[in-house]
Amino acid sequence: MDQKELREIENRCIQEEPAWCMAECPLHVDVRLFLKKMAEGKWDAARKVLDKTMPFPGILGRICDHPCEKKCKRGEVDAPVAISELERACVTFTASLKKVMLLPDRGKRVAVIGSGLSSLTAAWDLIRKGYGVAIFEPGSYLGGSLWNLPHDLLPKQIIGDETALLQNTGVRINLKAAITPERFEEMYADFDAVYIGQDNEIACDFGLAQTPSGRIRTDDVTRAASRKGVFAGGIPEDGSTRPSPVLNAAQGRWAATSADRYIQNVSMTAARPHEGPMKTRLYTDITGIPPLPRTPVSDPEEGYDKEAAIGEAGRCLQCECMECVKACPYLEHYKSYPKSYARQIYNNLSIVKGDRKANTLINSCSLCRLCETVCPESFSMADLCHNARQEMVRVGKMPPSAHEFALLDMAFSNSDKCALARHAPGESGSAWLFFPGCQLSGSAPGHVTQSYSYLREKLGNRVGLMLGCCGAPAHWGGDAKRADAVTAQLKAQWTKMGHPRPVLACSSCMEMFRKFLPEADPVSLWEIMAREGLPETALNARAGASAVAVIDPCTARHDTGVQESVRHILRETGFSVAELDHSREMTECCGFGGLMANANPDMAREVIRRRAGQSPLDYVAYCAVCRDHLATTGKRTAHLLDYIWPDEAGPDPAERKNPGYSLRHENRARLREKLLSELWGEKTEETDACEKIVLHISDEVRDRLEDRRILTGDIQKVLFHVQNGGAHFKNPKTGHWLAVHRPLNVTFWVEYAPSGQGFEIYNAYCHRMIIVEEGK
Amino acid sequence: MSQMKISPETVDWECATCGRALELSKVHVAYLESRFTVELLRCPDCGLVYIPEELANGKMAEVERILEDK
Repeated sequence: MDQKELREIENRCIQEEPAWCMAECPLHVDVRLFLKKMAEGKWDAARKVLDKTMPFPGILGRICDHPCEKKCKRGEVDAPVAISELERACVTFTASLKKVMLLPDRGKRVAVIGSGLSSLTAAWDLIRKGYGVAIFEPGSYLGGSLWNLPHDLLPKQIIGDETALLQNTGVRINLKAAITPERFEEMYADFDAVYIGQDNEIACDFGLAQTPSGRIRTDDVTRAASRKGVFAGGIPEDGSTRPSPVLNAAQGRWAATSADRYIQNVSMTAARPHEGPMKTRLYTDITGIPPLPRTPVSDPEEGYDKEAAIGEAGRCLQCECMECVKACPYLEHYKSYPKSYARQIYNNLSIVKGDRKANTLINSCSLCRLCETVCPESFSMADLCHNARQEMVRVGKMPPSAHEFALLDMAFSNSDKCALARHAPGESGSAWLFFPGCQLSGSAPGHVTQSYSYLREKLGNRVGLMLGCCGAPAHWGGDAKRADAVTAQLKAQWTKMGHPRPVLACSSCMEMFRKFLPEADPVSLWEIMAREGLPETALNARAGASAVAVIDPCTARHDTGVQESVRHILRETGFSVAELDHSREMTECCGFGGLMANANPDMAREVIRRRAGQSPLDYVAYCAVCRDHLATTGKRTAHLLDYIWPDEAGPDPAERKNPGYSLRHENRARLREKLLSELWGEKTEETDACEKIVLHISDEVRDRLEDRRILTGDIQKVLFHVQNGGAHFKNPKTGHWLAVHRPLNVTFWVEYAPSGQGFEIYNAYCHRMIIVEEGK
Repeated sequence: MSQMKISPETVDWECATCGRALELSKVHVAYLESRFTVELLRCPDCGLVYIPEELANGKMAEVERILEDK
């Protein structure tokens, strides 16, 4: 990822887009923050927000014509927040705390003609930028027509106080100044730039190009008049005759920016797209927001009292997007939003020396793509994290512990112990190819056997079988090399088998096949079942059964055909189907996707706990991993196939336990043995000697091993090592033994004692750190 | 890594091969590109090093994590 790509990615996240009120304000006052502080009763903090952007808040805060209010999102629910009245309350109840900071004198001078709000603003901005400023006002006081406003609205005292600020900062003020064409020429000669405020009429022909209505013609953005170094503002927008105080102030500000740039001889137009009212791409969901009537002003002349103001400010929706963060516990966990995550990830990838603090952030995303589904701009954390992982693997900076367990699991599934590719018994070719996937094979091998005979019955006998893993774990982990090796092997097998059409029972496999083998035109087992009809066992299983909620896997998010088929099958089986709030396109990951459970087990637990609590109904999943993950929470969850072949599922399928990692391994290996023996009449090779070691493990210890990702196969390897002379410890007090062995990248410690024909296992733990032996 | 210390008096394990009680000794441990010296219990004869469960799951796991993020 380079800086340019980062910007493009960041730009997609609209969370930092301005709220509508702020976007519409010509000065871009941070109204949302102002209202937040007001609602909290933090008056000085609220005042600070106004002071930061607003020139002469004492004046403008009272007389602003508040274009912001017509864009207020609250207005779409009931009535806009009374922003204008709240600004008035704020400036009434607070004094400015602002310290005026002047930049060092630049030795350049600007003349400002007139002293309406635009002229005052131009003078205020320029003096702070370090220019010498002289105001030429034809009248006998500063402020012009501000003095004509009703005293209740703008007390005369305030005009005096606020304009006194200018004098204090050193602006030279010339009252009763004669503004004539000759005087103007003198100013033009004496000063480095001239600003002409037209808030109040000045009877003088400046010799500048004019609009048909007799105003000085200026550029909309720079406020530059037809003569170099002359700027003008305080001009109503085309078609409007009413002066807009906030627009006048803004025009004075833009002119000051231009005069500064003009004097410094830099571009007056560069990088100014955000001046004036602008469009915002922000999205704020207002569904379900209850109406709340506008707080009436406490006194029509005085405006809000403090309490009423706090109440009214509380009506502000504090507009923001956060759609993805609201939908995703992972995005919520890191307490920010994708734009900031993109920056953190970019920094993580750019680090040469130091801590890579975003590794866990990158590796915890389930790649489920719910974020891009809910995002108005389709921001994809999945793509961001997946690309980052690929980069980390490429440069050798992927933490070994993040994905290794899953990659070894994949390798085991694709090893000679579990993998298989055959034409149907007695056939020399295949029109179809059943690929049940490693997770269904590991979770419920009986269902694989049943599904395979069902398919041969329905589709004719030319249905081949392929056992193995589709490569999703390597793909998710960003290990492109390993993923490519798996898919290449898969493709070669498929080619060798004569390009049969794959039938898939797993949505993650489907995603992989569509990506890497689209020409095979894979079809889901569920679509075949919905089309070909269910076996008798399914129809007899649950006549008159109750309602269930369907769990769509995240990899089937956009697979409406599959979603429909599954619902059809359930209804055919006698269930009434309830939809979770988060189903179909809006479905959530179970915590396995993207290897979240490997890299961040705690987060995966939280994700699945949340999912389990979404309905009191029994769940039915059609992804073996979703099913097993939900089962770990105690949530009653069955796999769809449990109701199609109930005999395979035990007395209550919804109570079936998660088999765990070790049993998954065994199940896969036994499935291959069983199918080879029963369907093809082949006996499999002898099992390894170490697999013959008999273990006795209590449920408690088994759960601990599962948590620590220690397989019974790992324990057998350690004990086999001891049997062959490996070092170990003994504890005379307990009579237990402790053996240690490092078969690959992890050192395993096993506490055990001989028991009958085998061993009782009391404990096991592991670490990745290596003890360096003497002399090495 | 200095916190990877253990108190020998609570350990009942002895080397099964040599039958010797374990003694504190300086041991080198390594992970990824880093190498440390720590005091751990080991068999004074054959040098077999004992890593207690609390150490493996605690400080050691923590250090592994830190090194993985380097």
